[in-house]
Amino acid sequence: MAGPLEDLRILDLTHLVTGPFATKLLADFGADVIKVERPGGDPARRLGPFPNDQSHPEKSGTFFYFNSNKRSIGLDLRSTAAGGIFEDLVDWADVVVESLRPGALAGLGFGWDMIHARRPEVPLVSVTNFGQDGPYADFVGSEVVLWGFGGEMYSTGLAGREPVKMYGTAGLVQAGAAASTAILAAAMVGVEQGVGQPVDFAIADALFASADRRHSTVIGFEFSGRKTVRRENEAIGLADGVFPCSDGWVEMHSAARRYERLADMLGNPDWMQDERWLEPGAAMDPLLIEEFNAHLQGWLLDRTKREVWAEGRRARVMCTPLFTTAEIFEDQHFHDRGFFAEAEHSALGELTFPGRPFIMSETPWELRRPAPLFGEHTREILTQLGYGLASIESLIEAGAVEAA
Amino acid sequence: MVQLPLQGIRVIDFCVAWAGPYATMLLGDLGAEVIKVENPHVWAPVSRGGRARPTAESVAALGGMYGGYPNGDPGPRPWNYSPTFVQPFRNKKSFTADLRTPVGKDILGRLVSKSDIFVENNSADYMERLGITPEWLRSIRPDIIIVSLPAFGLSGPYADARALGVHLEAVMGHSLLRGYRDMEPSSNTNIFAGDYFGGLIGALGAMMAIWHRRRAGTGQVVEIAQAEAASAMFAQAFMEYSINRGLHTRAGNRSVYAVAPSGVYPCRSSGSASNGDDRWIAISVTSDDEWEALVDLMGQPRWAMAPQLAAVEGRIEQQDELDVSLAEWTAQQDDYELMYLLQARRIPSAPVLEASRALDDPHVRQRQIFQPQTMFDGVGTFRFLRPFFRFPETPSIVHQPPVAMGEHNDYVYRELLELSDEEVQDLREAGHITMDFDPDIL
Repeated sequence: MAGPLEDLRILDLTHLVTGPFATKLLADFGADVIKVERPGGDPARRLGPFPNDQSHPEKSGTFFYFNSNKRSIGLDLRSTAAGGIFEDLVDWADVVVESLRPGALAGLGFGWDMIHARRPEVPLVSVTNFGQDGPYADFVGSEVVLWGFGGEMYSTGLAGREPVKMYGTAGLVQAGAAASTAILAAAMVGVEQGVGQPVDFAIADALFASADRRHSTVIGFEFSGRKTVRRENEAIGLADGVFPCSDGWVEMHSAARRYERLADMLGNPDWMQDERWLEPGAAMDPLLIEEFNAHLQGWLLDRTKREVWAEGRRARVMCTPLFTTAEIFEDQHFHDRGFFAEAEHSALGELTFPGRPFIMSETPWELRRPAPLFGEHTREILTQLGYGLASIESLIEAGAVEAA
Repeated sequence: MVQLPLQGIRVIDFCVAWAGPYATMLLGDLGAEVIKVENPHVWAPVSRGGRARPTAESVAALGGMYGGYPNGDPGPRPWNYSPTFVQPFRNKKSFTADLRTPVGKDILGRLVSKSDIFVENNSADYMERLGITPEWLRSIRPDIIIVSLPAFGLSGPYADARALGVHLEAVMGHSLLRGYRDMEPSSNTNIFAGDYFGGLIGALGAMMAIWHRRRAGTGQVVEIAQAEAASAMFAQAFMEYSINRGLHTRAGNRSVYAVAPSGVYPCRSSGSASNGDDRWIAISVTSDDEWEALVDLMGQPRWAMAPQLAAVEGRIEQQDELDVSLAEWTAQQDDYELMYLLQARRIPSAPVLEASRALDDPHVRQRQIFQPQTMFDGVGTFRFLRPFFRFPETPSIVHQPPVAMGEHNDYVYRELLELSDEEVQDLREAGHITMDFDPDIL
């Protein structure tokens, strides 16, 4: 069993982060994903991290992560011979996914009309920054631009400073997970009911719909006319926020929500019996907060973050350590659960990396192959589509396809 | 007649807070019948509000996302319209039962026998205490799909750890990876990317299990450790360690890639950050050509003409100084006008949109991202998010506005479970069927 989606065939014309993450999730659980790479390959191949920071198209950490379990064909959609190959790929596919500018695929002659005329049951999912229509349809984007606009960046950070983004490309990855649900839903309708449709997936719209606060800040304003702003300072309330401990930091958000549990965690100290902490409004009084947190701080500084977390787990308090990436790699819990996978990649060598996205008891995740080299499966795919050896070589010679 | 992709699938929503309810909301958007199981005698701390019956004064002291109740009034049943939690209540039904009692658990069991998926995101020990285990669920419905979204997984030393998104992100590295470059990590809290991500992956896992069941006829357990799933958002940091044993550090608003300048810059503001009136624009200059276009747009100021800035390596090296000069220029501009100027030159940019402005944005208006919904109890009609799925043949619509607790007690008890009037009356008297939380819960 190669995963729940072993009978699903995806023609993938996406690049960079969002589209490839969406199809990676499906490939990871068995879907056969053929990734069409333009001349030069997916631009993600030029994005790090690279070994020793030396750029190399087959050694991109970004490309490696977002393209596991896919096959790659190098295909120049602008070449005259591309049309026939693309038609064959459409004939093979259950769903087509693309992330070109709105109208660009149709401009090449491969848009919705062509796909739909050929295969009425095949959906086309288009992943773009701002959607297929609307005033920003042609706008370009980036992580900070799209999350700043769509996500709840404005209220993230401190009032005296600029709004601050998430790490890396977290927003684009979120949108990729959202796009994955759209692709699978469209594939269900196509495969099970024979109805194809053009699906307009906008990264900005998915981030607007985010359950990371955006849904709450907009309805909070719509309900009451009140805004959600950045905090004035770091401390939020009693035992609330990020605190230093003896060897790092711990997150205590909402730790005092169940007061008796927090008291249990801290060993029921006398100072916590003080009635003042429990009076209505105490959680909003800056002087009381400071006094309370000074007590807490003393307790935390006597302990390591792992010791603090162990006490928190025992007392069922919401409180966790701030780990570095290295600490996660060394953590027994994650190793024992099988969070990490190992791969032998022909350019990057042996790697340990986060493997399965989640666990399915009957149709488990499997690493069938690490991310492909550029054009690694060109010959294999063309053979599968019925091309003979000689015609494959002449296609390569003509520059229509590239093979690793 | 074309059906929605999940039509005919019945989902039991046994979820709290954001991640689980978001997952089941997506399943509802795609046509599944989602039924929330709610216990009117137990207040789940972060699921229908901070408190069940907050006073008008107490919510007035909170920010809009926590305290912005309809018309500033917590109203008769505040749990039905908490701004923090109300959005993922769309396209769901709700019924009540006291699951601490054998009768309540029997009711749940009868619903399980008529359902396809059971979704929960509680701590593992809590489910164990209630006796709602995979074994119990499967003994009633052998082909049931169970989707569990624990914070750190169902096994291992962290299995019972309590966590919201912000906590599991701390463990997975986010709190040390994001934030102001010149400040301590203590400035990094109050983010819930993990919730959104867990919700999305939860829906995806459920759909994959449905795909499989429609072909093989068997259910399964889908275990999504939200912390493990969240790691994808920090992929570059994981790969940097995997490849180089190196650590990424806080980069503020800068790009994780070789892109500069990239960040957030001040624009002409009508007021202060404390009032939500400060304005910022996000700009990423992703190529040397874009930089040249930006220099032209700025009128070729002397500082920007420095030859070492022409290539990205030089701009990365001098990004501190560059950011200061760029900010002086952007501070003179209106954020929207500047976006149009930059985008006309194909330079990625957009305002950092404060939520109250989102409703009036031209993109949001034309694509109708918000849609009016009428709330239960005559509280009013307000603009809610609509599903982000845009399927012309199988449209995802809002057929049920944010659901009130117990709104579908009649449907569940009489139509689905086929109880008699007497049985329903008995259950009402025993406290299972109600639209109000226990009066002792404040």
